[in-house]
Amino acid sequence: IMASTKASKEQKYDRQLRLWGDHGQETLENAHVCLINATATGTEILKNLVLPGIGAFTIVDGHTVTGEDVGNNFFLSKDSIGKGPDKLLDNDSEFFHRFTIVIGVQLPESTCLRLGSVLCSASVPFLVCKTYGLIGYMRLVVQEHTVIESHPDNALEDLRLDQPYAEFQNHIKSYDLDSMEKKDHSHTPWIIIVAKYLEKWLSEHNGQPPKNYKEKEAFRQLIREGIRKNENGVPEDEENFEEAIKNVNTALNPTKIPSAVEDIFNSEQCKNITAQSPSFWVMLRAVKEFVHNEGNGSLPVRGTIPDMIADSQKFINLQNVYREKAMQDAAAVSKHVESLLQSVGKVWPESIPEKDIKLFCKNASFLRVVRCRSLAEEYSVDTVNKDEITSCMDSPDSEMVFYLMLRAVDRFYQQHSRYPGVYNYQVEEDISKLKVCVNSLLQEYSLNVNIKDDYIHEFCRYGAAEPHTVSAFLGGSAAQEAIKIISHQFVPFNNTFLYNAMSQTSATLRL
Amino acid sequence: LLFSLFREKKRRRVVELTEKMLVDGDTGSTSDWDDRWNHIKKFLERSGPFMHPDFEPSTESLQFMLETCKILVIGAGGLGCELLKNLALSGFRNIHVVDMDTIDVSNLNRQFLFRAKDVGRPKADVAADFINSQFHIIVCGLDSIVARRWMNGMLLSLLVYEDGVLDPSSIIPLIDGGTEGFKGNARVIFPGMTACIDCTLELYPPQINFPMCTIASMPRLPEHCIEYVRILLWPKEMPFGDDVSLDGDDPEHIQWVYQKSLERAAEFSITGVTYRLTQGVVKRIIPAVASTNAAIAAACATEVFKIASSAYLPLNNYMVFNDVDGLYTYTFEAERKENCSACSQVPSDLHFSPSSKLQEVLDYLTESTSIQMKSPAITTTMDGKNKTLYLQVINLPFKLGLADGQELAVADVTTPQTVLFKLCFTS
Repeated sequence: IMASTKASKEQKYDRQLRLWGDHGQETLENAHVCLINATATGTEILKNLVLPGIGAFTIVDGHTVTGEDVGNNFFLSKDSIGKGPDKLLDNDSEFFHRFTIVIGVQLPESTCLRLGSVLCSASVPFLVCKTYGLIGYMRLVVQEHTVIESHPDNALEDLRLDQPYAEFQNHIKSYDLDSMEKKDHSHTPWIIIVAKYLEKWLSEHNGQPPKNYKEKEAFRQLIREGIRKNENGVPEDEENFEEAIKNVNTALNPTKIPSAVEDIFNSEQCKNITAQSPSFWVMLRAVKEFVHNEGNGSLPVRGTIPDMIADSQKFINLQNVYREKAMQDAAAVSKHVESLLQSVGKVWPESIPEKDIKLFCKNASFLRVVRCRSLAEEYSVDTVNKDEITSCMDSPDSEMVFYLMLRAVDRFYQQHSRYPGVYNYQVEEDISKLKVCVNSLLQEYSLNVNIKDDYIHEFCRYGAAEPHTVSAFLGGSAAQEAIKIISHQFVPFNNTFLYNAMSQTSATLRL
Repeated sequence: LLFSLFREKKRRRVVELTEKMLVDGDTGSTSDWDDRWNHIKKFLERSGPFMHPDFEPSTESLQFMLETCKILVIGAGGLGCELLKNLALSGFRNIHVVDMDTIDVSNLNRQFLFRAKDVGRPKADVAADFINSQFHIIVCGLDSIVARRWMNGMLLSLLVYEDGVLDPSSIIPLIDGGTEGFKGNARVIFPGMTACIDCTLELYPPQINFPMCTIASMPRLPEHCIEYVRILLWPKEMPFGDDVSLDGDDPEHIQWVYQKSLERAAEFSITGVTYRLTQGVVKRIIPAVASTNAAIAAACATEVFKIASSAYLPLNNYMVFNDVDGLYTYTFEAERKENCSACSQVPSDLHFSPSSKLQEVLDYLTESTSIQMKSPAITTTMDGKNKTLYLQVINLPFKLGLADGQELAVADVTTPQTVLFKLCFTS
């Protein structure tokens, strides 16, 4: 029975397993999500978490269902008809500690601040979502979120042509292009070709690789001259050489530790490894040690090469040179992990399995750490990100204006215990009331920006509506961010996302 | 005779088979409860500074949407399910849906209108007859570019021109959504007015297939080994019978391909062949997840709402979405192509030397990123008679006597109407 459930789960989740793998799926199935407020937006987010197989969820909602709710919420029907978050915080401050992530929907500012502080001290990530008229808003609050598998769209290859390691050098030496048979010559991998011609170039240019466009062109020409010619002096059709020429730019990319990774190396968590350090930091520190020792200033070799025109044997042999080096480097990193763990009284490999270290090394160039400012920092007059706000507001089309309007609307709610323009008769008179809130907001934060009356009118018109399609858009977006947080794969946004359904545009702001 | 046979085959594919969505379930009652449409009414009954310049708030818009506005949803898969829900919860009640796919177990992770008991229901064919100006708006949630182009061509064929001027009442707006893993796009097409699917064909680059010499004699990747078994070994060994072709949905077939791929890989010391990879290569599987479908379907439904209500200016006209790293959207106006083979009404030029072979023309029609036909059939008029130059089933030699400027009519599965090309001889 166990086997058949596993098989049917593999089938059901096949399409998404191809994105985050079995290990990613496992994190989802072990997660417990908390949704606060089962509004249209809330249930849409939840649906998009239940479908991919989230392990458990809890809904916290103190409201009673209304006719309006059934109108925009897929999961409510006419017969539907509950303790809200504030009460929970009053009575049981540790209630939220058990969750993998808390998603708060349509929450007023005050509740968000309370929750933000509680969840921060419990190290539980908090995702705030709001649909307001045709505007969608998300705010991620997480102190430190580490990502090993960020799966970047356009990753640079790790070929080490500028600093070939010993085994690679030996492998290159094993080729003699000039004496090769025609068939072998035209099925030699382009990496070898570039390596050979680079050697030639370096010997003729004082050890300096091609640097500018002119030199790279000359280098390409050098390779082109290596193409075999037939009896009539006409160049043969050697696609592998054409590939080499096409890939010169890629090949000449200097091997460098990405600045994002350097930054992570310099964080406090990397410098101070303790018994409580999460494995990410232990492995990172081990890689840093590797870089300064065996790595000679470089990260562990990734071990993969792109496909290229070559016969099977030559390609596999070359691939194995990279793979074996990667394994070697990973083993060296493992040794550093072992001694780090020992130094804090822990045992290896029980604490950090070898396969985790291998995965870490393979992704060494793509590591990311996301740190989102707290809501308290965002809202405090002393630490508000004035620069971000004012520079965005300089562009007339910036979505920043919607952020400010949402803050103003929250202010209105605090003052009047309701949102503006909910009933038709309120729309006109609430415009001036909302304008007062806008101005007091701008004044409090000393924001020298102008918000056109049109936006104030529009937000009164919205009447705090939560139309289904905007909720659904946010539902998809938020669910995926939650999955990123739970699986630690792919990179979450940092830290505010705004969606404008009127123009179908969006922006990510750091507030 | 041959050409009319071809036409007959097309007509048989055109079957009327749409289903009307029971928006309010089986109760049969369409009576609304209090406040049901409150969220939407705010956009229909109130004026605002960003509304469409021609919009007049009233209670009639809601009535139109609830009672009259007829929407056709094409595709009842990952996007289709979401679209139906979104439209129903946005005030539309006259929704027809065309089911394009078989319901498969692997669809259950993101197509929530289906349950396990629905698996195995038969396919439904694409319908065309029903469109005939019956629908106000059409929304596509398809997973095939060919089908999209077909719909696009269909709507273009319905356009009415009077004295060369387009009659706006013959335009049926098409909202098209597509997703692939964490990427997606939503676009609004007003056939005859804005860029159509074919105008931006380069945005859908053709699938890259591995070269045959790699598959046959120089595999390097596990994928090459799998393609070897699929393309070369299966036809040779016919493991399940002489006329049994490879069915990607049959686990026994995949298991056979998987085993043979492992053997092939072992021969060349290639690692990495797995059952999952085998299935992925054979079925050309595109990864999919609920969240992307939800976001794209939502954006599409928002556009349907805007267009049906005229409350806001619609998206003009293409939005791209990607949430691999944070969330990224990019919105731009795709431009009409002057010589678009689908919507420009002007025959595109085909430049060939007089000594070119017909095969070169066929290669161009299939390989050009701006045309991307699948199996074109070419006819032309000579001596006042319709002459077939090439048909998929019958290979006729290139007939001499084609003149410079001669018009070629090309039929293909990517378009319901024949496409006109003009032969231009290069010196």
